[in-house]
Amino acid sequence: MNLLAADALTSGHFDWGVLGVIGLKVLVAFALLLVSVMLYIWGMRKWIADMQNRIGPAKAGPFGILQTLADGIKLFFKEQTIPDTAHRGVFKLAPYLSILPAFLMFCVVPIGGQVSIFGHFTRLQVADLPFGAMWVLACSGIGVYGVMLAGWSSGSKYPLLGSVRASAQMLSYEAAFGLGMLGALIHAGTLSTGEIVDLQAWQGPSSIYRHWNAFPTVLVPFVIFVIAALAETNHPPFDLVEAEQELVGGFVTEYSGIRFAIFFLAEFMNVITMSAITVTLFLGGPSGPAIWPSQLGAAGVVNVWLAPIFWFAIKVIALTYGTVWLRAATPRIRYDALMAFCWKYLIELAILWIVVLTARELAVDNSWNVFLVTGSAIAVSGALYGLLMLMMPKPGEIVEEFR
Amino acid sequence: MGLARGFRMVIGQTGRRNRVTTQYPDEKRPKPPRMHGRHVLNRYEDGMEKCIGCELCAGVCPAKCIYVRGADNPTDAPVSPGERYGFVYEINYLRCIHCDLCVEACPTEAITETKLFEFSFTNRDDAIYTKTELVVDDDGRARRQPWELWLGGEDDDTSEWMRATSPSGRADQEDKVHWSTELGFGTREPEEGQLGDLEIDDAAAGLPSAATHTDDHGNDHGHGGHH
Repeated sequence: MNLLAADALTSGHFDWGVLGVIGLKVLVAFALLLVSVMLYIWGMRKWIADMQNRIGPAKAGPFGILQTLADGIKLFFKEQTIPDTAHRGVFKLAPYLSILPAFLMFCVVPIGGQVSIFGHFTRLQVADLPFGAMWVLACSGIGVYGVMLAGWSSGSKYPLLGSVRASAQMLSYEAAFGLGMLGALIHAGTLSTGEIVDLQAWQGPSSIYRHWNAFPTVLVPFVIFVIAALAETNHPPFDLVEAEQELVGGFVTEYSGIRFAIFFLAEFMNVITMSAITVTLFLGGPSGPAIWPSQLGAAGVVNVWLAPIFWFAIKVIALTYGTVWLRAATPRIRYDALMAFCWKYLIELAILWIVVLTARELAVDNSWNVFLVTGSAIAVSGALYGLLMLMMPKPGEIVEEFR
Repeated sequence: MGLARGFRMVIGQTGRRNRVTTQYPDEKRPKPPRMHGRHVLNRYEDGMEKCIGCELCAGVCPAKCIYVRGADNPTDAPVSPGERYGFVYEINYLRCIHCDLCVEACPTEAITETKLFEFSFTNRDDAIYTKTELVVDDDGRARRQPWELWLGGEDDDTSEWMRATSPSGRADQEDKVHWSTELGFGTREPEEGQLGDLEIDDAAAGLPSAATHTDDHGNDHGHGGHH
């Protein structure tokens, strides 16, 4: 399989122009993510301040919009300390392992429609990999290394505890994350994010419930994916990784200066990237109605270029506002409850839902009776889940093998 | 559903603009009446210093931040009305914990604490206040140092100390436990229970006593004002 064939830009003749367009897209994506993370941190602080009857950042720039920049500049010029007991190489590497996946993950997200740049027909997406969804999974897996190695290489107790917690949490939710994603992938029948977005393209308001993957899969994979994505990004209420009250800051305890900032930049960048991926996989990506009447001039530019970007941005902003709402409303959950929630409910539900979805897809493909097949799949899954729940030890019950 | 209630509550507050924030350097919240800020060395109305150099403040200081040396008053130009005066008086604000024990120990009410607390020193020498910085000016107000962040008027709300530990000698305050401001910009009514027997007598006579004033307003009102 030709890895480059999926993108119209790279499938044909390859010349300097193509390379220039690729470079431009990489640069724009990089800058876009950095600016949007700056705006997100500012917006989050303003929104959450609004919810808590505060003002939030108000001094740097109009409405405090440059506060993140000011913080970044301050942290950049601060002294960076490395503990004597730290493994220096890994200690320095860990922040970059944390931030790189956030950028890499964003590369497969289509933020707009098919456009023509300097005569090159391409999608507004850095790379349309034929295995885009797998790429997302792989990158979020690398993100775990950043946190884990940061804690381990600090050579100190609290970071180690924080990173052990973190790696357990992130690995557990990685499973739920992948299984939630699988729901959309089974429905779409492809791993390429570009194709997934094409399948969800706008054909009228009914596309929302007919084509956007969240609804034909009956929202269950969507909800599972969102919960798991939040846990993957260590977003409250799943921020046990740096639970300040218990762990003095978790895996970042020994970090200072710009390395410390990079971890938090990565965390917030991951929130944006995960929102973007959720939009891509479940909420139609850039799909939305045309916003410019075709009788007026420049309809091509606005509807082909700007409208998809606008709809994509609206959806991502709505999701990030949801994360802020969640941050303001929920207390941090207990660690055993966190793990139990993932392993006892989320993963089981995800697996069994995939069984149901697969049965339905099979029934549709082979023109079997959809209701009969899906219904029996739900019945079998429900019975299996009940059986699992029966076998699980109750709270407080002492199980012989575990003593 | 406690979780749903949390979500509803935070979204309900959005856009309500009922801010609790004080824009700090521009606007400042009223300080508590008993707040302990930086010290001043007071003077009598005639300009004499109250400090007699007895070193009781230095002795009681738990942080060992006060250094005092007394000296005999020069007979031709006395600094204080007594026999001796505070020749050297230094407070190291990098050590001071603002416990107010020095104020309690002082027999002449020479050292008191204001509510001024916003210093930012840029070197250690600035942190050591000598008599130049501590002694009040001719109006009885604290001298503002360049590194202190307070503007004119903020020293009006000085902290208050009980006269009981050092009676002022005023006839109208005889037998009364009173609060009064340290720099003499007004006095406060006694708090509930501080009048002792007098409180009951006032209530029986139907006089407007302090106890009725302070029950729900706490320490909030005062500075000479009845309402």
